[in-house]
Amino acid sequence: MTQLLLIAIIVMIFVIIFQISKASEYVSVLKGEEKARKQNNKINAFLLVVFLILGIIGCWWCNDLYYEKTLFPQGAASELGEKIDLMLYITIGVTGVVFFITQVLLFWFSFKYQERDDRKAYFFPHNTKLELLWTTVPAIFLTVLVVFGLKYWFKITGEAPKDSVLVEVTGHQFGWEFRYPGPDKILGRKNFKLTKGANSLGVDFSDPASLDDSHVAGTVHIPVGRPIKFVINAQDVIHDVGLSHFRLKMDAVPGIPTTLWFTPLYTTEEMKIRTGNPNFTYEVSCDQMCGKGHFSMRGVIIVDTEEEYMRYLATLEPEYYTVFPDKKPKPANAGSDTTKTQAPVTAAITPGVN
Amino acid sequence: MSNTAIIHEADVHAGHDAHHEHHHHETFISKYVFSQDHKMISKQFLITGITWAIIGGLFSVLFRLQLGYPNSTFPWLEDILGHWAKGGKINPEFYYALVTMHGTILVFFVLTAGLSGTFANFLIPLQIGARDMASPMLNMLSYWFFFLASVIMFSSLFVQTGPAAGGWTIYPPLSALGDASSGSKIGMDLWLVSMAMFIVSSLLGGLNYITTILNMRTKGMSMTRMPLTIWALFFTAVLGVLSFPVLLSGAILLLFDRNLGTSFFLSDIYINGKILPNEGGSAILFQHLFWFLGHPEVYIILLPAMGMSSEIISINSRKPIFGYMAMVGSLFAIAILAFLVWAHHMFVTGLNPFLGAFFVLLTLLIAVPSAIKVFNWLTTLWRANIRFTPGMLFAIGFVSLFISGGLTGIFLGNSALDIHLHDTYFVVAHFHIVMGVASFFGMFAGVYHWFPKMYGRFLNNTLGYIHFWVTIVGAYLIFWPMHYEGLAGMPRRYYDYSMWESFKMFGGLNEFISFVAMIVFATQLLFVFNFFYSIFKGRKVSTLNPWGANTLEWTTPIRPGHGNWVGEIPEVHRGAYDYGKDGREFIPQTEPVGEHESHH
Repeated sequence: MTQLLLIAIIVMIFVIIFQISKASEYVSVLKGEEKARKQNNKINAFLLVVFLILGIIGCWWCNDLYYEKTLFPQGAASELGEKIDLMLYITIGVTGVVFFITQVLLFWFSFKYQERDDRKAYFFPHNTKLELLWTTVPAIFLTVLVVFGLKYWFKITGEAPKDSVLVEVTGHQFGWEFRYPGPDKILGRKNFKLTKGANSLGVDFSDPASLDDSHVAGTVHIPVGRPIKFVINAQDVIHDVGLSHFRLKMDAVPGIPTTLWFTPLYTTEEMKIRTGNPNFTYEVSCDQMCGKGHFSMRGVIIVDTEEEYMRYLATLEPEYYTVFPDKKPKPANAGSDTTKTQAPVTAAITPGVN
Repeated sequence: MSNTAIIHEADVHAGHDAHHEHHHHETFISKYVFSQDHKMISKQFLITGITWAIIGGLFSVLFRLQLGYPNSTFPWLEDILGHWAKGGKINPEFYYALVTMHGTILVFFVLTAGLSGTFANFLIPLQIGARDMASPMLNMLSYWFFFLASVIMFSSLFVQTGPAAGGWTIYPPLSALGDASSGSKIGMDLWLVSMAMFIVSSLLGGLNYITTILNMRTKGMSMTRMPLTIWALFFTAVLGVLSFPVLLSGAILLLFDRNLGTSFFLSDIYINGKILPNEGGSAILFQHLFWFLGHPEVYIILLPAMGMSSEIISINSRKPIFGYMAMVGSLFAIAILAFLVWAHHMFVTGLNPFLGAFFVLLTLLIAVPSAIKVFNWLTTLWRANIRFTPGMLFAIGFVSLFISGGLTGIFLGNSALDIHLHDTYFVVAHFHIVMGVASFFGMFAGVYHWFPKMYGRFLNNTLGYIHFWVTIVGAYLIFWPMHYEGLAGMPRRYYDYSMWESFKMFGGLNEFISFVAMIVFATQLLFVFNFFYSIFKGRKVSTLNPWGANTLEWTTPIRPGHGNWVGEIPEVHRGAYDYGKDGREFIPQTEPVGEHESHH
């Protein structure tokens, strides 16, 4: 019933607007079309300048409301991220000035030079000097922005430092898997054709380097202050490792591994204080459309202090023992669970999520 | 059809021009359905485009409903959509189908076919002084291929597994594997076949536009005397002809991967517990093929709007467009650069950083011709004598939106910043403003301005003003705050943000945006109503040249018949922009240059 009422009201509004518009056409015929046109012209010229003023106030107001909610007040959480923020500020500054000047000119000219009986338009077909001016000035500004941009672009996309902490990230519909290389610091080979059962990432266990690798789902721990290198894969469709707090993003493409690296500046605990949000977490968002669960493809990064990180690593169990439970040395580790199938993976994460 | 035939037909029309609507020797089918008259074809494109725009707009309202009110249910949705909205809540799969179809429809069916198809067809022969297109037959086919594409795309909305749902960019493997998404089943095949038809339509149209502009200009209409609309439509057609075939190849390869077991885009895939046999393909290759069209495509959408706005601003300022040659040059520069920047959509795919640097440079170079255009428009307004017709308001709105959306392109084109902003709402805000809404404004400007020539009647002015003001205010209210969401890293194409600690604080803003979007959509219906009402009941045009314009279309009869001019096609003696010259308000292109006329 309420829906019908709502529809009726909307239709009524339409009819009223239409009738008014139709009537205004008749009125303009009565008044003299030329006179009505001039009146309309004045009204619209006035509205344009009102729009400009309200628009500027609106921009300021919008900024007031939402600036706090962007990530800028809390700062970037990675070293290069801080440079990106600086660049963003510079670009906002430069484009902001251009935006302000051009919009003011556009609406002010429209208002100022509205049709008047005593005015004649000024015949001004071209002026080479002016045209050269607004070719070169933008070109110079852009060159500066490009130079800065490329400088950081090459830093971000460059080789990760040699002592980086290596972690493999794998995306699939709809979740993230992480693999640590273990004490040998080498990730074991993978082959998608070996993907089966508990070996959900297709690790090639004939490679000795794979024997000490461990695999956790959903949440990854990394140490603060050290360069971290992610090697990124996807199993099914293209995903994207989005790390908005670190100002980073990299696609995960099936068959084509990619990498990214960054140095986290603050632990998760420090960020909780910096943001004043006790629930703060570094989140990994999937930023490439990947199917119906795209919006829920969430991973968590926990940035630990060095000691916490080491403690965490010690709780991990090699994936080899998860896949081949019978190969596990029997009483070696009294504390750990020996449940079959996937369970050890879950058990391994639990201590970390503190 | 030969030229003589057209001329002959035109002479027949000339005989009973006054009762043009009541011809008897033309059947309903030959006049309104399989018409070869460029003006009728243009109207067919326009009305099909409007129909698609309503559907595409409606889809955006539906998915904004989910985004704005993620915790509410709307039982009536289930009545309409059935299992796609169980319990009155749109399910994620359907949400992604809506997003995908919204993009596809608006980008291709409305702002390519609806915009170029309408105005290239309508304006090229009328403004260059030709009786029709070079090949009216191909022109007719161009519409009917578009119609076929439309029918196929529309039918895909009704298949059981739903229409394509992988985003309008249809990246494989998502779009290649039925296992990856239900939208990638039959709906995706229909999408690809429909696009293939669409591309055929676009090529037939484009070749025709280029040929007509190059060969069929009337006497005296040198290239440098052409109105900027024609230049813009010319470059648009060149862009389309050179880039659409690449998308066609991508679409065909994707069809092969989907149905014939090839591995162009597929490799190393484990999905739904199955190991696929495909090896050696590259998912990234598709993105190159896609964006080689996809980037020129945004200029295919934008250039006609630029051209029409230039024309309308000049006419209603009663001043020549400032820097005609610079305007043509910047269109040319944009068209060239459009081909060289496609990989800026792929900065985060793991692209070689050196290659990336090259694309950064070329991308930001586009800002230079864009700046020239903006400042030239501003200088045209300076010391003008402006008449605010609804068309003029939309043209001014176009410039405002082009500035706002163009400037954010400087952020996204700079790869280091793009890493953070890529695929966030910043991108959504950027392209909706600069390519979506701005091009719509150009299109509206064109419709308001040339409606009198199309139908011999005016659109209702008051409705036009309401339409303009609600739309521009609404567009800024919708898209401006989205920049903030994007700066916070909020990803696009999410069904629900409430589970994300990093993004859930924008719930209130999303609700506001959805609310405004519905109002703006309703206002567009007002325009549609105005459009169809005015075709039959609008105020009649009583003078040949209601806007006091210089261009040739206003020298034809109020409702020109097939062949456009009664008798000889007029000869052109000057450029299109002699407004306010030597103290005269306007000097039509057909007027010979006087002995004492000043030279500039």
